[in-house]
Amino acid sequence: MKNIKLLTTLVLTIAVFYGLNTKLGAVPPIGKFLNPANGVWQNETNDVIDGTIAINGLNATVTVHYDEQLIPHIFAENETDLYRAQGYITAKHRLWQMEFQTHAAAGRLSEILGEVAVNYDREERRRGMVYGAEQALLKMMDDPQTSRFLEAYSDGVNNYINSLDESDLPVEYKLLDYKPELWTVKKTALLLMYMTKMLASRNHDLEYTNILRKFGKERFDFLYPDFYEVNDPIIPKETDWSFIDTEITETPQSELPLDSISQTITKTHPDNGSNNWAISGSKSVTGNPILANDPHLGLKLPSVWFVMQLSTPNHKTMGATLPGALGVIIGFNEHIAWGETNATRDVMDWYKIEFKDSKRTHYKHDNQWKPTTVRMESIKVKGQEAILDSVIYTHHGPVTYDHNFKSDNAKSGYAMTWVGHIGGNNQKPFLDLNKAKNYDDYLNAIKHFSAPAQNFVFASTEGDIALWIQGLLPNKWKGQGKFLMDGSNPEHDWQSFIPQEYNAHTKNPERGFVSSANQHPVDESYPFYVFNDGYETYRNRVINDFFRSKDKFSVEDFKALQNNNFNLKASELLPYIFKTMDASSLTSEEQLMYDQIKSWDFYSEVDDLAPSIWMTWWHKLYKLTWDEFEVEDEALSTPFTFQTIDMLTNHPEDEFMDIVSTEDKETAEDLFLITFKETVKELQQWKSEHGDFTYGDYKAAFVGHLLQALPAFSRFNIPIGGDRNTVNAAAKNHGPSWRMIVELSTPPKALGIYPGGQSGNPGSKYYDNMIDDWAAGRYYTLNFMMNVNPEDSMSTQTLIPSNQ
Amino acid sequence: MTRNSINFIITIVIAVILSQFLPWWSVMVAGFVSALFFSLKKAAVFVVPFLAIFLFWSVYTFILSSSNDFILAKKISTLFSLGGNPYLLIVVTGIIGGFAAGIAALLGKQCSLLVKT
Repeated sequence: MKNIKLLTTLVLTIAVFYGLNTKLGAVPPIGKFLNPANGVWQNETNDVIDGTIAINGLNATVTVHYDEQLIPHIFAENETDLYRAQGYITAKHRLWQMEFQTHAAAGRLSEILGEVAVNYDREERRRGMVYGAEQALLKMMDDPQTSRFLEAYSDGVNNYINSLDESDLPVEYKLLDYKPELWTVKKTALLLMYMTKMLASRNHDLEYTNILRKFGKERFDFLYPDFYEVNDPIIPKETDWSFIDTEITETPQSELPLDSISQTITKTHPDNGSNNWAISGSKSVTGNPILANDPHLGLKLPSVWFVMQLSTPNHKTMGATLPGALGVIIGFNEHIAWGETNATRDVMDWYKIEFKDSKRTHYKHDNQWKPTTVRMESIKVKGQEAILDSVIYTHHGPVTYDHNFKSDNAKSGYAMTWVGHIGGNNQKPFLDLNKAKNYDDYLNAIKHFSAPAQNFVFASTEGDIALWIQGLLPNKWKGQGKFLMDGSNPEHDWQSFIPQEYNAHTKNPERGFVSSANQHPVDESYPFYVFNDGYETYRNRVINDFFRSKDKFSVEDFKALQNNNFNLKASELLPYIFKTMDASSLTSEEQLMYDQIKSWDFYSEVDDLAPSIWMTWWHKLYKLTWDEFEVEDEALSTPFTFQTIDMLTNHPEDEFMDIVSTEDKETAEDLFLITFKETVKELQQWKSEHGDFTYGDYKAAFVGHLLQALPAFSRFNIPIGGDRNTVNAAAKNHGPSWRMIVELSTPPKALGIYPGGQSGNPGSKYYDNMIDDWAAGRYYTLNFMMNVNPEDSMSTQTLIPSNQ
Repeated sequence: MTRNSINFIITIVIAVILSQFLPWWSVMVAGFVSALFFSLKKAAVFVVPFLAIFLFWSVYTFILSSSNDFILAKKISTLFSLGGNPYLLIVVTGIIGGFAAGIAALLGKQCSLLVKT
């Protein structure tokens, strides 16, 4: 009896120990997790930072002042110390995010999340993300200065990681029950690849090939014109390109492979984009140039940005950094301010590969059989055996699609050529920008930036403004890279790149302002081939019209413009609908809502009902217009918004207006009425469940935690107006991820805010403290500290060399 | 002092000391050890260490959390479907710790009997 009891209690004890010490499904190891001494309760703390910390490898003492937004202002004696401190301080606030994002870039999420992430990881491996990071790293390490700073940053991060014990680990590690690994310089390269993928990997080549085959060339060209009639390009139309003496690549006489592709890898968010602009002193109320930038990205917590001031005796720089990369990415120093928007150029193309046989050791190119190489990708999976995936590489790049992945032919595949695989030292341009003093420094800094191609806006205290569209951009033949190409035909390869000095740019234009909003970079007079592959068509016109509307502008005007919710898109379609739609069949309920939207002023403000009607109506109308594109087993992409509205208003009887599933032949007017009635139904339903569909409530914007918007760590129902096409490009979970305005006075005065907070710890009040002010359109004055002992510092931490 | 209160105090003291350098299961050790040396009877074998660790963990977490306005406790409470109520999470934490200690105490009691015979 005694023995039985002993045995029972022993088994029970072991079971309880195991049960509380082990992660079971999504539930963290609950005993470990809730243990007050070193579990999650230890993260219940604010980030008040002071005292003195010893850091390995520092040459001199570094002082870090924190201001009231928890923005660190780092004062170091030299740049190596500066970047070592940047690594340490960034890790201190954002370690989990830094590691998670670089794991995501490397296709290593399965290690943390288990089987659910395997498909994601495989896509990243087949996209050649790690391969690209390795190429970039080779070039970065080739530059002694960059490599020294990268190593210093990496050591700084590791100094922090090594100082952690169990109780200090960020919440997410405790939740998912794993530990951070050491940082490496390769992880910085991976982070830059993560950004390159985010901004320069979107393309529709394979979908376009399907459309071309399905509807024919004439229809394709009609749906996807290279240029729209309405185009207010980034580089002013009147720019004279006669200085360019390089020819556009000649178009070869050849056939394109019209293969049918059923599925393509995940695309990045179509709204990834940004606004930036700068006005010259002559257009500024104070006489100082003013510059603004707001990058539109997924709204995440912790935020993609971390604001810092980085100073040495030779320079002081402040602005938004990317945790994991060195220096300030969007910001200003004592002499200049700069920012970026995405250039959205097509720098990823696809080639059909013909293998010699099913062994796939050789592929056809230039009438020869050339050898392939294989990269073994081992994907570790939490709680399971690793998955091996062999990815074949050709001179084009990785054969992403083959019979092991989304394709079934053992003797062919589709290879990717991507500027992201060429590699480049894309860290150095930012390090140089941080120290730039004038236009020449700015130009020298960005010259070697290869990817993701950006529209670099610039303004200086000397009074210059400029904008360069900078990246490594292939000099394509007309039409090259719109569709799947023939991987065996050398003429289909990228032949050369546009010489850097011929990248489109403008300096001190006569109109007194420069701007970009991801629209077409140029008009048709630019000698190199550029086609519309998803350029922005609304925000840019509102911005440029604004700067043409009067003579002088102030910082207040800049704030108003960044928060401008004028819906140009709606204003270009709705009046036409009101004119043509037969409203006689509307019920009284429908009529009421119709009157509501008819009286709309086209501003998507949170308290209005009309923007909710528009949002729902447009969504339905767009979907029904392109019902021809809803086919299984064939990857297609629907035409862009601008072209859709052009079709609805200028070609209302086009065949695409017909609804395939009905016997009648519909026109645009029918689509308007059908979708309006459905809209009313949907909104009535919503109203009965949630109350009035005022836009703020109906849109329900949110900022989601990086772990699939884990509700506990996310913020929901944020009242912010606008939509993806307004200058204030705040969509449901995407929008202005950092708003900055800099007046180039001496020293510059800057405003900034982002939808998040400086701390990555959900237990800190600085985790999400800026969100409400951001939504309300407010700004914080960035406290650009001119000396090392400012009085308005909230707390100060001193980093000292550990051997002292 | 009753044996119950001695056990209660000893459990807390051992748990507090061990928590400084052992992982969460230090509370199981505390329950086990105090049962081994201050063996109790019937339900008290479980209940006393349970209450001791319940008190230790819930008071400790309350102190940590209240000084930070329960910011994280509210979120973790949401995560565990406790309606965002931080006090509920504190109670749950106490129960988890107490339960682990109580179960270990049952084993301790059996071991103490083994030694005595």
